[in-house]
Amino acid sequence: MKERLTAAMDKIGLPRLIIGLFLIVFCVGAAILKLPMSMLLSDMLVRFGMNAVLVLAMIPAIRAGTGLNFGLPLGVICGLIGAVVAIEYKFSGLTSFLVALGVSIPLAVLTGYLYGLLLNRIKGQEMVVGTYVGFSIVSGMCIFWLLAPFHNPEMVWAYGGTGLRNTITLESSFDKILNNFLAFNIGQVQIPTGLLLFFAFLCLLLWFFSRSKSGMAMHVAGSNPRFAQSCGINVNKMRILGTVLSTVLAAVGILVYNQSYGFLSLYNGPLMMAFPAAAAILIGGASLRRATIGHVIIGTFLFQSVLVVASPLFNVIVEGSFSEIFRGIISNGVILYALTTGREE
Amino acid sequence: MMAMKLELAKNSSVLTVRIRQKLIEMAVPLLFLVLCGIGAYFAQLSPVFLINEIIMRMARNPLLVLALIIPVVAGMGMNFAITLGAMAGQIGLIIITHYEINGITGLLVAALIATPFAVLFGYLTGKLLNRAKGKEMITSMIFGFFANYVWQLFFLAFVGSIIPMRNEKLILSTGVGLRNTIDLAGIRQSLDNLLKIQVVQGLSIPVSTLLVVALFCVLITFFMKTKLGQDIRAVGQNMEIARISGIDVDRVRIYAIIISTVLAAWGQLIWLQNIGTLNTYGSHVQVGLFAVAALLIGGASVTKATIWQVLLGTFLFHTLFIISPVAGRNLVGDAQIGEFFRVFVAYGVIAVTLLLHA
Repeated sequence: MKERLTAAMDKIGLPRLIIGLFLIVFCVGAAILKLPMSMLLSDMLVRFGMNAVLVLAMIPAIRAGTGLNFGLPLGVICGLIGAVVAIEYKFSGLTSFLVALGVSIPLAVLTGYLYGLLLNRIKGQEMVVGTYVGFSIVSGMCIFWLLAPFHNPEMVWAYGGTGLRNTITLESSFDKILNNFLAFNIGQVQIPTGLLLFFAFLCLLLWFFSRSKSGMAMHVAGSNPRFAQSCGINVNKMRILGTVLSTVLAAVGILVYNQSYGFLSLYNGPLMMAFPAAAAILIGGASLRRATIGHVIIGTFLFQSVLVVASPLFNVIVEGSFSEIFRGIISNGVILYALTTGREE
Repeated sequence: MMAMKLELAKNSSVLTVRIRQKLIEMAVPLLFLVLCGIGAYFAQLSPVFLINEIIMRMARNPLLVLALIIPVVAGMGMNFAITLGAMAGQIGLIIITHYEINGITGLLVAALIATPFAVLFGYLTGKLLNRAKGKEMITSMIFGFFANYVWQLFFLAFVGSIIPMRNEKLILSTGVGLRNTIDLAGIRQSLDNLLKIQVVQGLSIPVSTLLVVALFCVLITFFMKTKLGQDIRAVGQNMEIARISGIDVDRVRIYAIIISTVLAAWGQLIWLQNIGTLNTYGSHVQVGLFAVAALLIGGASVTKATIWQVLLGTFLFHTLFIISPVAGRNLVGDAQIGEFFRVFVAYGVIAVTLLLHA
C-alpha cells in the first residue's frame, strides 16, 4: 500500500500535488465565502491564456538541453519593442498586433541566435548566466526606453519627463484583440476564444516541429549530447535552434500577455518574468531535462488558477499584499525543488 | 648553448604567459578604473566630498563582500544567498530596537542575537546547495528570492498576530506587521563614532570601523591557513580527490556557507549602523547582487577571489556608485540615467565575468 502510494506520488510529482491541493482547498474556501464563482472561472481562463505562451517558451530550451530559460526577458524585450513600434506608427486593431509580431519575431530570431551562441560557451551554467544576461539587458534597456526617439504622445511622458512611460495603454492599438475574438458566454463565464485558439495554434506548431526531423534531432541533442554527436547531429546548432525558438515564443508570449492585460510595462517590467513561467512548467510536472506541452497546460492552469482564487480569498481573510507573497513563495519554492532534486542527472 | 637558448626561450614564454594572465585578471578592474575616471571628470564633485564618501563606504561595505570569499574558495561560486545572512543581522537589529538597547552595546547584542540565526540559515543554505552540486549559484540566488518572500510573510503577517510584539516604533498602526522603515537612532553610527578622526570640515575617518574591517581581513587570511581552511581549499580544487583523502566534503561545504552567512550578518550590521535606518522589506534585497558585483569588479572570478580583490572591488564599485548619478545628470540632464547605468553595470559585470569564467 505504502509503496503504491509513493509510486503514485512520484508519478504526480510533489509540486503538482501540493498546488493541486491548494487549489482544491482554496476553491472550497471561496465557495464557503460565497465569492462569485463565475467571475473566478472567467479570470482563470483569461489568466491561463495570457500566461500560457510564455510558459510554452520554456519547452524548446529544456528540450535542447539548456535547462529553464531564465534569459526569457530577452525575448520579452523583443516583443515590447515590436509593440512600441506598432504604437509609434499609430497602427490599430488587428493590424497593430500583426505589425508588433512582424517586428518582434525577426528581432527575437536574431537575439535568440546571439544568445544561443553565448550559451554554447558556458555549458552547464546556462541558468545562472541566462539570469544575469537577462537582468543586465533589461537594465540596459531601461536606458534605451529613456532615450529612444519615440514621439507618439500616448507613449512619452506628457510634460517634464523624458523618454517612454512606465506603462503604456494599448487602448488604441491591440487591447484584448485576441480575448474578444469570437468570445462568448456560458452562463456568466466568459470564454476568451481567440486567446485560447491562438495558444492552441502555437501548441500545434510546436507539436509539428517536435515531430519533424530537426525537432527530433534537437530532442536527442538535449537529452543525450554524446549520443547525438555520434549520430552526426550538430549539438551546438541544435542548442541554438532551441534558444531561438524559446526567444521567439517569449516575444509572442509577451504580446499575447499584454493584449490581455491592456498595458505594456517597460523598464523593469520584464525583469522577473522568467521565474513565474519556469515555476508554471515545473508545477505541470516538467523537470530540468524533460518538458511536454501537457506540462505547460496543466502547470499554467494550476498555477494561475491558484493565484486567481488566492487573491480575493486572502483579501477577505487578511490584509495586505498577501497574494504577492504567496506567489513568490510558490514560484521560487518550486524552482528550488527542481534544482535540488536532480534525479535525472 | 643550444639548451641554454631553449631554456631562455621557455622562460620568457612562461613570463609572457604570466604577464598575459595578470593582464586578463586586471582587465576588469582597469576598465572600471577608467570608467570611474571618466565619471569623476564629468561629475565634478568636490574632492573632499568624494573622498569622504569613499572612505565611509570602504568602512561599511567590505565585510559583506568578504563574506563571499570562502564559498568561492570552496568551489561553490558566488553565494548569492548572503541575503539570508543580512536577514539574520536585521533580526538582531529589530530585537534590540524592540527592547531599546542602544549604543555600541546594542550593536554587540544585535550581533550576538544575529549569530545563531545566521548559523541556522547558513546550515540550511549549505544543505540545499549540497543537493545542487554544479548548480550552486542559481540555487543560492533562487533561495535568496525565496527567503525574501518568507521574510515578508513573517514580518508582514505573523509579527503582531502570531508572534506578540507591541512597540509603536516598530509595528504598523493596524497592530500587524512591521513598519516599512525602522529608525535605528539608538545605534546609529555607534561603531563609526567609537573612534572617529575629523581631518578637515566634511572629511572624517571612522577608524574604529576600518579597524574592524582590517581585523576580519586578517582573520580570514589566518583562517585559510588552519586545518578547516585547508580542507575548504582542497574541496574547492577537486571534490573527488578531497573525498578520497578523507575529507567529509559535504560537511566542509556546509561550514563554508555558515561562515559566509555569519560574516554577511555582521557585515549587514556594520552597514546598517552607518546608514541609520532599516528598510524592513528592502535593505537585504540587493545585498547579494551588489556584493557579488563589487567582488567581480575587483578582478575576482567565480573560482578565485582574494582579499585584495575585495578591497579593490569595493573601492571601484562604490566610487562608481557615488559618481554615476551625478555624471548622468551633468551629461544628459537626467539623474535617472546614472541610476539605470549603475544597476546595468552591477548586472552586466556579473553576466560578463560569468561568461568569461563559468
